[in-house]
Amino acid sequence: MEWSVLQQYGPSLLKGFGNTILCWALGTVFGMALGLVIALIQRYAPRWVTWIVQAYIEVIRGTPFLVQLFVLYYGGPLVGLRLDALPAGLLGLTIYGSPYFAEIFRSGFRAVPDGQIEAARAIGMSESDIVRRILLPLGLVSALPALVNFSIILTKETVILSIITVPELLYQVQRMSAETFRYVEANLVLALFFWGLVETISRVGLRLEARITKHLIERT
Amino acid sequence: MLAASSVEMRKVNKYYGKFQALKDIELSIPPGKVTCLIGPSGSGKSTLLRCINFLEEYDSGEVRIDGQLIGYDAPNKKMSGRRLREMRRSIGMVFQQFNLWPHMTARENVAEGLIRVRRISKADADRRASEALAKVGLADKSASHPSRLSGGQQQRVAIARAIAMEPKLMLFDEPTSALDPELVGEVLSVMRTLAGEGMTMVVVTHEMGFAAHVADQVGFMEKGELVSVDSPDRILHRPEDARIQSFLRTYHERNSF
Repeated sequence: MEWSVLQQYGPSLLKGFGNTILCWALGTVFGMALGLVIALIQRYAPRWVTWIVQAYIEVIRGTPFLVQLFVLYYGGPLVGLRLDALPAGLLGLTIYGSPYFAEIFRSGFRAVPDGQIEAARAIGMSESDIVRRILLPLGLVSALPALVNFSIILTKETVILSIITVPELLYQVQRMSAETFRYVEANLVLALFFWGLVETISRVGLRLEARITKHLIERT
Repeated sequence: MLAASSVEMRKVNKYYGKFQALKDIELSIPPGKVTCLIGPSGSGKSTLLRCINFLEEYDSGEVRIDGQLIGYDAPNKKMSGRRLREMRRSIGMVFQQFNLWPHMTARENVAEGLIRVRRISKADADRRASEALAKVGLADKSASHPSRLSGGQQQRVAIARAIAMEPKLMLFDEPTSALDPELVGEVLSVMRTLAGEGMTMVVVTHEMGFAAHVADQVGFMEKGELVSVDSPDRILHRPEDARIQSFLRTYHERNSF
């Protein structure tokens, strides 16, 4: 083991890690937002719209992320979509995550008892109020563990962005390895960083869960 | 005295696929009176009740609240969501499973409709919610979440939620069936108070005592048919129809020991 190389490459590794976190955080937020929109469309839109959305879900879930990125980054310019690596990576992550998030939201919504929706309808609440005040808060509670879980999976998908030259952590680690031949050290650093990130997310997730389910647990 | 609605049901039919859940229902519910619906499970009592606020969409016939058709503008032409919501505002409903919103406190549950539907300011809504909760005897529970309340208390919050909207008609769908026996009384007593104030009430129930003492008329249903509607005495004590006799016999057998 030769850890002194880390002194030289530390800053670029940290920068890479920063980019990893940025890509993960934005990709997760945008992917969740798109997923939520998809789940709501599936619940409320006319049949033919839901078919189109379902087709989107099947295509994205049925193809590897790597292929989607290639198509977006190298195929995009052919149809006039020219993106830098980082925005392309973000867009790719958003698209890739959205159908999974949509399915998580869908199952979260299904966990909300019909009766609670009916109670809102019975007093004359509008559908948009029902979504905002009843369906979303309650659906989110049921969906939260799965949302956190998939966010954790997404952290590790960010490494694929290195293939389209997004300067995230794996990209920097590979550069360091190639220049110093310190593969083991470089990859150990990679593993440590990811482990730290995942651990943090899962802890935050658990806290969040405890907080929002505080009033929902039956006490007798 | 409250403003009270009347309900008229004419030739109401409801199908689930090929299964006919309601068969040519004819029912008049006079304003300010209590109508109880009894009958075996699966006989269509709840379905009938839910047609009154169009939570269940009837397929043919008419349901009129104070003369106004609910659910449809004309046969086969559904009423707009907005119009339906307007009509539902003056119809309160209480469910077997309470259906309180678990992420809100008792007061928030009651205030929600006032704020979102009646567009009352939050302060006013909170005040009215507290009043409604006091009326059902739960003034001290307004800050509690449903998970902290007993079944009977939850159902009373649900009643408060409905009456805070100042409905002219209240629908009760087996309001005590999910309760432990010792909690039934507190809910029935709130309902009795409401009836005494002149609220039009339609109550699907297995509480024959309540039907006998509080109802102005009792309807007996079986297999989607409204077999008979008459005074509590005529239905519960001197039934002529063999189906009612058999139902009551089973009921008494089960409730004696």
